[in-house]
Amino acid sequence: MIFVFGMSISYSQVAIGEKAPDFKLKNVDGKMVSLSDYKNEKGVILIFNCNHCPYAKLYEQRIIELHRHYKHQKFPVISINPNDSAVYQEDGFSFMVAKDYEFPYLLDNVGVYKKYGATKTPHVYLLKNEGNHFKVAYIGAIDDNPQNPNEVKEKYLEMAIASLKNKQKPDPSVTKAIGCSIKPFR
Amino acid sequence: MKQLLTALLCLFVLSVGTLSAQEIRLIKTEELQNRIANGGDTLYIVNFWATWCQPCVEELPLFDRSALPINKYPYKILLVSLDFKNQLDKRLVPFIQKKHIREEVILMDESNPNKWVNLIDSSWSGAIPATKFYQGQKSIFHEGELSSLLMNKYIKEISK
Repeated sequence: MIFVFGMSISYSQVAIGEKAPDFKLKNVDGKMVSLSDYKNEKGVILIFNCNHCPYAKLYEQRIIELHRHYKHQKFPVISINPNDSAVYQEDGFSFMVAKDYEFPYLLDNVGVYKKYGATKTPHVYLLKNEGNHFKVAYIGAIDDNPQNPNEVKEKYLEMAIASLKNKQKPDPSVTKAIGCSIKPFR
Repeated sequence: MKQLLTALLCLFVLSVGTLSAQEIRLIKTEELQNRIANGGDTLYIVNFWATWCQPCVEELPLFDRSALPINKYPYKILLVSLDFKNQLDKRLVPFIQKKHIREEVILMDESNPNKWVNLIDSSWSGAIPATKFYQGQKSIFHEGELSSLLMNKYIKEISK
């Protein structure tokens, strides 16, 4: 019998088409939320996010609107904060609670972000419900203009959702976005 | 009288010195890449940062000529800021003055990260800080914070 021990210290981003890792994290109302709770939805817009990052602030309203619009189409938003507030006080739990978002805003102090290979906030993953699990269908930017919402030409995430609804693969399936590096709990 | 004049002269020179602190230029990705491509044998250290990014600010002391090891190639440090254009005067300029940053700071003037992040390096996820080293035809990209140990390691590697 051969036992192989491997310990990988670096993590890569979960790939398009791969199974989306499940999680069980605490929401701002104190209740636990799992990805598997969403088994009756068509998909989930999963966003690793925080309070302090200017890019999070730039996209805050757009994310609120995405949830309002797409929850009715069975693609609700779930937001996960992987930052330790010891580094950024503004990312603390009480500040998360104060946001009073209509969608779950979960605290990740167990390294779920590592399983997704999230490197920054915001970091957006569009997940598609495959029946007994979710798979990653799109990763990247919400649109092509963080600084000027009025000048957005390509709404990458919405295009990806439209593709999924048409039973097609999102194209592009990966785009790049700027964000603040994650300061995780240790 | 002579002492007073000397003192006044010194004061004048000092004030002019601080007034002529660097002017921050806006730059597009293509322009940045052309500049590096036309840099001869210069070893470019290009750091992507922002005043609102705390880990970026904390590692800024690494990006000063005084922190670099002796090298056969001439160095050029470029601090490419991702601060917002409309905060250049009220946020970026005061920051640079306060921190006495003497290396060249340029402002990335792009609206679509999806377009230019890949042009800098296809492995870059878009998180800052990030640094890319260029020398001749070679380049090394590092996403995340650096240490002086890593800096030296990359510089040594690219100078082989």
